[in-house]
Amino acid sequence: MTTSETTPPQTPTVVPARAGLGAADPPPPAAPVRRRRVLRRLRRNPLGVVGFTILAVAVVAAVLAPVLAPYPPARVDFDAPFQVPGTVGYLLGTDDLGRDILSRILYGLRASLQVGVLAVLVALAVGVPLGLAAGYFRALDAVISRFTDLMLAFPFLILAVGLAAIRGASLGNAALAIGISQIPGMIRVVRSETLRLKGLDFVAASIVDGAGDLWVLGRHVLPNALSAIIVQATVTIPVAILGEAVLSFLGLGIQPPSPSLGTMLSEAQQYAAQAPWTAIVPGLAIVVVTLAFNLFGDALRDALDPRASRR
Amino acid sequence: MRAYLLRRLWQSALTLVLATIVVFLGVRALPGDPALAFAGEERDPASLAAIRAQYGFDDPLLLQYGTFVANSLQGDLGRSTRTDIPVTEMLAAALPVTLELAVLSLAVAIVIGVGAGVLAAVRQGRPAEWAANAVALLGLSVPNFWLGLILILYLAVGAGLFPASGYVPFTEDPLANLHHLVLPALVLGTGLAAVVMRQTRSSMLEALGADYIRTARAKGLGPGALIGRHALRNSLVVVVTIVGLQLGGLISGAVVTERIFGLPGFGKMTLDAVFQRDYPVIQGVVLVTASAYIIVNFLVDLAYSLIDPRIRVAGAAT
Repeated sequence: MTTSETTPPQTPTVVPARAGLGAADPPPPAAPVRRRRVLRRLRRNPLGVVGFTILAVAVVAAVLAPVLAPYPPARVDFDAPFQVPGTVGYLLGTDDLGRDILSRILYGLRASLQVGVLAVLVALAVGVPLGLAAGYFRALDAVISRFTDLMLAFPFLILAVGLAAIRGASLGNAALAIGISQIPGMIRVVRSETLRLKGLDFVAASIVDGAGDLWVLGRHVLPNALSAIIVQATVTIPVAILGEAVLSFLGLGIQPPSPSLGTMLSEAQQYAAQAPWTAIVPGLAIVVVTLAFNLFGDALRDALDPRASRR
Repeated sequence: MRAYLLRRLWQSALTLVLATIVVFLGVRALPGDPALAFAGEERDPASLAAIRAQYGFDDPLLLQYGTFVANSLQGDLGRSTRTDIPVTEMLAAALPVTLELAVLSLAVAIVIGVGAGVLAAVRQGRPAEWAANAVALLGLSVPNFWLGLILILYLAVGAGLFPASGYVPFTEDPLANLHHLVLPALVLGTGLAAVVMRQTRSSMLEALGADYIRTARAKGLGPGALIGRHALRNSLVVVVTIVGLQLGGLISGAVVTERIFGLPGFGKMTLDAVFQRDYPVIQGVVLVTASAYIIVNFLVDLAYSLIDPRIRVAGAAT
């Protein structure tokens, strides 16, 4: 296990040895300083800035889809099927039913982000407590490890297949399947952070001071594990977005009348030779958003922990 | 070493048992009468009673579980409710297709991933590294089914270089077989290549900074031998790790890829079963996947500890 000398900011070496539970030792002192440093590092990473900007635009576009979309996403126009992108009134063209691709992408993005957020919430809700418990209580570690192994044995598509068989295909079940598949990764990250923090002096001091387990976990371990958790959540979202697209493409996720980037691609399959943009444009939307999340996630990881960066 | 392997064996066995319980309970969680679900089209009382008797749906849960495990161990996974073909037979027909696809995809992933990873590590800080990183990021962000659609659109339909879909068994015509699998393997392999690339690069960077490399260099070993020998050894470990870690991703990816290219493999079998509500097949597919995952990961750990002595030592110590 790594020890304290490898972690610069949180080293309150002298903890006043006051007795009793009320003697809350100071939180790692450099918190605001650290936050500023992280933001500065983030700003200096051009790829991270690009990723963040794209994300901000995508999120705003998705949230404001009802305002921004030129047409309702399901509006059919039989007089204007397969309009080429750039046609007046149809910026990104139309599909086989004359539906506006731009409007459908905006609404599809909304669904993608919804699934991304829901899946991350599932992974956080289960993964964080289990990760903390596994790292903190030795007795639980083996049990939780078996649980993790068990979840890993069901690949996300197989899980989605099972859920669709039992509960039917829907946005919620797609998010659930993706979220469950992301739990093991979250547990692993939180567990290793907890193990590391548990070995640090200020946590040991707090335990010696008589603090209860929940207090130590909530007051010391969790706040300091937060950066690792945020990074993990950030890298989970693009996985979830791709997952939603795959499931909807296969018919296991969002069901056809509702717009989703995956169902758009699935419908475009038949007409791709005739109208390539119906396949290219929604795919590019997925690539751009996923890439933005990945760029931002990498930059965030580098900024929060330069030593653990990828190089 | 032996203690480590025994412990891993025990853990894997336990996980396998838990996985069978999950699958078993999953079937019981189906809405309505499971016998009705398993009967499919034939809903006359006689066949329903036969199914109840075969799976013991009226027995106590524990006994049902025992029957389920005993049947599965004997290779009896039930019959498709659509075709009445035994699930085991369907698996025997579908799995070779998927295995071939998986092996070819891994080959693609290793060639591209290890090559790009070594390049990025050796040329650190130069345009080549930047390019390799960009390609890896793109590989992680491009959905493989979309790549498949685009490749079909331009290389198969447009340029006519490859067949857009279909499958020819290897035993029938090896060349046509490979010709049909080029695009699917590329599609499934490129996503993996990005993961292999990142792993290769970081393990290469670590190795290049290690003392023994400095010593070897000081003794006058040329860069070719230095990188070649150590890169190869490192990639071996990386590849073995990837196979274990990415097996789930590979299975999921195979389902999608087979769907796009119309390959009659495990993935097609899975999707068909879901859309036809063919529950015995779904149960068989899920059970086989979970078991395969657990067994392969045990074997990976075994191989890992043989390749890298540090794992053995660390494993024995804890």
